[in-house]
Amino acid sequence: MPSFISWLADPAHWSGADGVPTRVLEHIEISGSAVLVALLIGLPVGLWIGHTGRGATAAINIANIGRAIPSYALMGMILPISLSIGSELYWLSVVPVFVAMTALAVPPILVGAYAGLREVDRDLIEAARGMGLREGQILRGIEIPLAAPVIVGGIRTAVLQVIATATIGAIISGGGLGRYIFDGLLLPDIPRVEAGAVLIAALAIGVDILLAGVQRVLTPSPLRSPARTPEPPDVPGEPPPTGARALVRAIGG
Amino acid sequence: MGDHLGLIWERFTQHLELTVIPVALGFVVALVIAVAVLHRPRAYAIIISVTGILYTIPSLAAFLLVSRFTGLSILTAIIPLTTYTLLILVRGIVAGFQAVPPDVIEAATGMGYTGRQRLLGVELPLAVPLMVAAIRLATVTTIGLATVAAILGDTYGGFGQFLTEGLQTFFPTKIYLGAGLSVLFAVVADLVLVRVERWATPWARARAGAR
Repeated sequence: MPSFISWLADPAHWSGADGVPTRVLEHIEISGSAVLVALLIGLPVGLWIGHTGRGATAAINIANIGRAIPSYALMGMILPISLSIGSELYWLSVVPVFVAMTALAVPPILVGAYAGLREVDRDLIEAARGMGLREGQILRGIEIPLAAPVIVGGIRTAVLQVIATATIGAIISGGGLGRYIFDGLLLPDIPRVEAGAVLIAALAIGVDILLAGVQRVLTPSPLRSPARTPEPPDVPGEPPPTGARALVRAIGG
Repeated sequence: MGDHLGLIWERFTQHLELTVIPVALGFVVALVIAVAVLHRPRAYAIIISVTGILYTIPSLAAFLLVSRFTGLSILTAIIPLTTYTLLILVRGIVAGFQAVPPDVIEAATGMGYTGRQRLLGVELPLAVPLMVAAIRLATVTTIGLATVAAILGDTYGGFGQFLTEGLQTFFPTKIYLGAGLSVLFAVVADLVLVRVERWATPWARARAGAR
């Protein structure tokens, strides 16, 4: 029997400040708040770029750079700043970690919103304008519902990124499931490390399945089909996306 | 100074190895899967779900879990890094094949191409742009994830090793060095692949020139 199973089966590991429920809640709390702030920044900007078509090149470039920065490297760069703030001011020293996690989550959310809106049939929007709908009504009534699967796809990517990064952030912030991994490596207590890894994987998969459900519910029923993947629909007669657009599509999904 | 450059070169070759092997291996596996599920939407949906779940596992957790079975060998890094590329590559390759215009396939069939000849001679070359887009994304992602592999030890650490050492010794310069070099590597690798795409699709260039 793998040792992490006996670790997880031990009731002593399921209570107190270092217990599994506490650590899981911490992990969700840290990740959730970072995603929330990223949504507040990324969604409006992405929707605005998608609706107006302004600043699209900049958005794609920012997203590509965001992809290229490894989360481990970002956390590494944040650590000296956190340490210089000092552990006496605990909550202040956690701020850089929080900023780093938010920064990683904004690009996929922004690009998902932008790419989703761009994929909406232009004729449809022209027709809506012709019918006298205001821009806000077009955005709320047509663009957002049709783009919903792609928008949620971007959010899914962001959430996974943040859950993974929160693991590394535990070095600094002291909370969440990453604690098991780093404490376990220091002690060393390998079953604890493995239990931590299993819990993080389970949490990530669980949250992703939950969001896949949300994505399905938000997909307008004509776009749903059993074989449908969370990719935007191909508009017939339009050339297939290549290069940057294909990349945006893949990141957004 | 000379020693430092030597060390950076060594870490670079490790990082290159940690990137090229998973992407190449992932591409071969993904191509086989993609061709197999191309005309089977249900099988494709299942493959996307499975690779999606694999993609969901945070890298740090994946490395530590795989090390249980492989010990601390290069396989410990290669296996998770390869599985991560599968989602991106299978999707990209299938999308590439689907982007081939039906008229072209019909024309090829009309000219007497067998299914296999058509796949290799017509569909595969036309799918190249989207495939390269997927490879670019997989490469940049792998370069980022490979830095985490340094937690397994210094033999295969790549640029992530600078990060780990910097974190352990609280030496910020090393952290910035490791982060900067891995970002630089990702950007350069992406640019190289753009050149490869241009080279592999001469007709796209000709078309752009004719316009």
